[in-house]
This record gives sequence, structure tokens and C-alpha cells, in this order.
Amino acid sequence: MFGLDKKDTSLLLIVAALVALAPIILNPFPEGSALAQFNAGYPDLMQRFVIFGIFAIGFNILFGLTGYLSFGHAAFLGAGSYAGMWMMKLLTINVIPAIIFSTIIAGVISLAIGWISLRRSGIYFSILTLAFAQMAFALAASVLTPITGGETGLQTNLNDPRVLPSFLGGGASADGNIPKPSLFGIEMSASFELPVGSWVWTFNWGYYICAVMMLLAFYLAIRVFRSPFGLMLKAVKSNQQRMNYTGLNTRPYMLACFVISGMYAGLAGGLMAAMDPQVGAERMQWTASGEVVLMTILGGVGTLIGPVLGAGLIKYFENIFSKINDNLLHQWFSFLPDGLENFMVTIIHPFIGKGWHLTLGLMFMGIVIFLPGGLVEGGQRIKAMFKGKKAEKATKTTPAE
Amino acid sequence: MDQIILQILNGLDKGSAYALIALGLTLIFGTLGVVNFAHGALFMLGAFCTVTLSRILTLSHEVIDESRKDFLGNPLKVDVPYIYDWFGESTGAAIIDWAVPLSILFAIPVMIGIGVLMERGLVKHFYNRPHADQILVTFGLAIVLQEIIKYYFGANQIPAPAPEAFVGSFDFGAAVGFDAGAIIYPYWRIVYFCFAMVLIGAVFAFLQFTTFGMVVRAGMADRETVGLLGINIDRRFTIMFGIAAAVAGLAGVMYTPINSPNYHMGMDFLVISFVVVVVGGMGSLPGAVLAGFVLGILESFASMRQVIELLPGINQVVIYLAAIVILLTRPRGLLGRKGVMED
Repeated sequence: MFGLDKKDTSLLLIVAALVALAPIILNPFPEGSALAQFNAGYPDLMQRFVIFGIFAIGFNILFGLTGYLSFGHAAFLGAGSYAGMWMMKLLTINVIPAIIFSTIIAGVISLAIGWISLRRSGIYFSILTLAFAQMAFALAASVLTPITGGETGLQTNLNDPRVLPSFLGGGASADGNIPKPSLFGIEMSASFELPVGSWVWTFNWGYYICAVMMLLAFYLAIRVFRSPFGLMLKAVKSNQQRMNYTGLNTRPYMLACFVISGMYAGLAGGLMAAMDPQVGAERMQWTASGEVVLMTILGGVGTLIGPVLGAGLIKYFENIFSKINDNLLHQWFSFLPDGLENFMVTIIHPFIGKGWHLTLGLMFMGIVIFLPGGLVEGGQRIKAMFKGKKAEKATKTTPAE
Repeated sequence: MDQIILQILNGLDKGSAYALIALGLTLIFGTLGVVNFAHGALFMLGAFCTVTLSRILTLSHEVIDESRKDFLGNPLKVDVPYIYDWFGESTGAAIIDWAVPLSILFAIPVMIGIGVLMERGLVKHFYNRPHADQILVTFGLAIVLQEIIKYYFGANQIPAPAPEAFVGSFDFGAAVGFDAGAIIYPYWRIVYFCFAMVLIGAVFAFLQFTTFGMVVRAGMADRETVGLLGINIDRRFTIMFGIAAAVAGLAGVMYTPINSPNYHMGMDFLVISFVVVVVGGMGSLPGAVLAGFVLGILESFASMRQVIELLPGINQVVIYLAAIVILLTRPRGLLGRKGVMED
């Protein structure tokens, strides 16, 4: 189906089903129960899951296929956000032009940066992309203030021009408030709440727009991975020198890959601006570039589903871990005797709330040390373990001669 | 002219910090072939050695001073550092005042210990892994170290003043024949620069004139052959990692009066230090030092008012711009050798 083989089709369909049912799946605990804070099925967080999923898929196309570690992808994300924002300010509050324009702008910028950076490889490439991203960040925060809003950032205003006619989302909103990003009149923040028993499922319009984009992005990524083009990129990863010796010029392939990857980041940035219409320069900082690297590594470099898993997991932990506080811990450990309870809380305290970065760092180190293939490799190992046991049983049952 | 001299002087202290961190990075890279993203964190740990020592020195106990009254008329409680009890008040005060320079003695063993621990405990297992893995694991370590420091010392800047003797500025202009007040330079920055030069000189002398250094240099050139000669090169490289950590730590210790330490200062310096290393040429020690000073001075020139008026924002990006130009025109960096990180 869709030009994919059977395995990939089923993968795509599984992902599509999971994404479509996410509001239900991510809310496994009934409302008001003690475990309800582990629920992730609220719109804001789900939107971030899929948006960062897109970002990580794009990063993985570059890093996973070619092995070029870019430390500057946040620049494209930020550029996409700014571009999308400007579309919403100047043209229409409708998100479609914003998303398209942000992807294009990010593509143009990545073309320029890639053209220069790809002259070098290895750590030099990392440093070059990092330098460009840091430059973009510094400029966005200072000199480019008329375009980027500087330190305060950019947001939609009441008196933005929005030149398109009102049925296309231009002009001011009817009620005189700042118009909210919408798709042909349906606001991104509009949701439909479905109470079932003690559960409440929230189906959010913006989330589903992002989800559709994510599925498209995912499908495209599968196509890239399976195409001759993707094969070429994999060959670059395994031995670029040999590729050059065979008379192939790898530069155009690399550049195309870099631009595709940058456009993914731009798309994610545009969606981010569409979901939450304010953009700040900190989105371009190198820590943001580091974050997407973490997501990809955590999920599994060079795998299809890995980056999405990694993005989801990191965003989930960021949200949930940073919400847990000492009171909650005391509640959880209240079944223990007092001394032990306090002891447990003291032990866990540095890892939660504001300290969740510590957890992230440790988790990350653990993954790189013990599981370089990320979660996907972990899953495969577990699978292999079960299969191995079965195989062992099978060999045992065969009578020894 | 006085403007030019002033900017060169301004560039020297930042350049010294860049040079010291880049020197440590290059030492680690040249010996072990490991790209250490946690090096900025080591710089930060050094700075917090100072904070720790000054806290230890000012550990105090309460003494009731009968001769003075607080606002309620009760006898005043005064915190007296233990060190006053041991050395007398004037010596004690002097020791506290000189906490930053004293931290050098404290930081050297601590930082060497941390460095050796880091190499044996973590980095050792990454020699045969791709550079990307090394970058990532040390990046993770940097986050962890940073968060631990944040947990114990808080997120705010902690001031660590220079000794009383070095507070104030030196009128450099008057000394070399310009108008008085044209070139004013804080004493501590002169100290920092001299300290950096001594430290850099010491590292080079250590590598050049001792047997240990000779073996290390031989190992940098051809590790396998040195190993085949029956020399335990791994142990020496571990020690070099410790020394590199100490260099970064000392750079941090002495930097505290210039810039009050906070938990993310390492990350701020790390990115630039990497640019410095790459500009200087991967694996070239003189290159790292040279590039550190060149970029430091370049940065201070770019922050001159006249230059900013001409090219707004140039002070923020000049280092990266220089890095891009140098990498594209001289792919191996200023003093890079052939065959290092070519693939």
C-alpha cells in the first residue's frame, strides 16, 4: 500500500492508529485518581509529542542515514517558527500558509548552511553547524529584533494587518479579541471532551492537525529510507571515501538530505508557532539542538520509529517529572514508616521537579553506555531474549544423540 | 592607538580562559582521541572549588559578644569563623581574603582526582566507540555535573571576590606614556593573564622537558609502538586526563573574581572552546593556545562601540564567523597537523 512493502505498511498503520487513539491511550488513569498526574492525554502535551516527533524524524534522516551529527538543527526550528508567525501576522490567521512558508524558509536557510557546512565532515561538521546555529541565536536575540522581536519574542497582535479576506482568516476577529490560529474557522485550541465513566478524553483539533502532518512526515521518511536515494545516504555513512572512489559525487545527495532534514525542522517550528502563537529566540539555542539529538539517540538512531518514541518519552518525562513535588512523594510513600518515608523522599527529591534535567542526563548517559541503539535496540534485545529462550527449549526437546 | 591597546588587553583575559580550556581539550583529544564535551563542566567544577573552599574557610560558630548590643538590647551574637580561633583574627581574615588564590592548592588535587575518576570510570570504555558516541556520553555527563552543582549551590551566581590587594585597576596608559586614565585595566585580569601564561608554560615544559612528558608525546604520535616498548601508556594517558582536568579547573578557579560562578558557566564556555580547538587545529597544543588568544582579542575588538555601530551584532557572532572562515579556508585549522580527524 502507498508504495510500501508489507512490513512498512503495517508499521505506518500501527503508528497511525496509535496517533489517532492517543487521547484515549495516553489517559489510562481515571480522572481524580492518585495516578491521574501520569496521564499525558491533554492537548498541549500531545501536540508537543507529535511536533517534536516531526523534528526528531527529520533529524534522524540526516544523522541516522548519513551519520553527520548536526548540532545546529534548532536554528531551522526557530527560523520556521518565526516564518510561520509572520505569515499569521501579515497574511491570515489560517495555519496553512504559515506551515507552508515556515517549511520553505527553513529549507532555504538549510540550503545555505548545508552548502557551507557539508564541505567538512565529522566533528568539523558538528562544529560548523553549531557555529551557524549559535550565530542565528545571537542575531535573533539582538540585531534582528525588528524581525524576531528580540528577547521578548514575537506574538500575534490585535492590529496585525492580515491582508487576506476574512473568510480566509484575514482581518481582525469578530469578537475584537486577538484572533487565535485556526484552520478555516476552527480554532487550534478547540477540543471535544468525551467523558466515559470516570475517564475524560479530550480530542483536540490542533493535535489532530499536527498528527496528520506527523503521519505525512513519517510516511515520507519511510519512503526516503527505502529509496535508492536513502541507500546512497547509507553508503555515505558506511564509507564515504569508497563512494568517492567509485566516481560518485556525494555532495548533492548530502545537501539534499540536509535540506530535507532542515525542512522537517521548519515544519515542526511552523506547527509550534501555529499551536502556541508566540516565539522566542531561546528556541534556537544550542541546548534545543542538543535536545533533538537526545531524542533521536534515546529512541534509536537510524530506525524509523525510534525518533518518535524518543521525542514522546523525553517530552513525557519533562512534563511529568517536573510536575512531581515533595508532597506527592510523601503521599506515595505514606505506607512506609515515617523515617523510611522521609528517607525515600530525600533520595528521590533531587531527581524530580526542577531537577528533572538530572534524570534526563543520567538516563541519556545510561542509554549511550548500555544501549547505543536506543529503545528500539532494547526492544529487539528483549524480543531476542524471548525468542532465544524458545529456541533453547526447542533444542532441549530434540533428543541428544 | 590607546583604544587598540585597550582592546588587546581586554581580549587577553578572556583569551586566557579560552586558551586554558582549549589546551585541556586538546590534551585529552591528542592523547586519548576522545572528544570531551564535559570539559566545560570541569571548568565550572573548578570555579565551584573556589566557592566550596571559601565556604569551608568561613565556617563559623556563634559567639555572644557582651560588649555590643543588638537592637533589642540583648548581647549581640557574632559569627566567628573557626579559622579566627586557630590562627588569630588578622591571619584568619587574610586567609579568607585570599580564598581564591588558595583555592588553587585545593583545586589541583580535587580536579586531578575528578579527571582520573572520569577517565577510569567512563571515558575509558569509549575509546573504541565512534566520536559521536563520545560526544554524546560526555554531553550527558556535563548535564549531570551541572545539575548536581545546581542542586547543591542553587541557580544564582555566587560572588567570589579577589583578594583586597588586587581590587582596583592599574592605569596602564600612564605607565606606557599615554594620557592618564586612557587605558585602565583591573589588577585581577593582569593576574589572570600571568597565571594563564605560567600554567600554559608549565604544561608545555612538562611535556617537553620531563621523561614523563616525552613518553606522553611519543604516545600521542604512535600509541601502539610505545605500548609495544613495554611502557604502560594507558596509565600515563590517564594522568594526562587528570592534568587536563586540573588545567580547566584552575582556569575556572581564577576566573571566579572576573565572572561570578553559576552552574551553567561551563556550557557557555564549552561551545566557544570547541570552536577554539577546531580553529587552532585538532590535536595541536600551540594551535589551541594561539587560537584562544586570537579569538579572545577578536571578540573584544568586535565589541568596540565604533565596530558595533558599523556592523550591528558583530560582537555576538565574530567568533563563529571567524571559525567558519578559517575552517573553509584552512581546513585543518591554524596549526593543525595532517591526518588528525581527517575522516
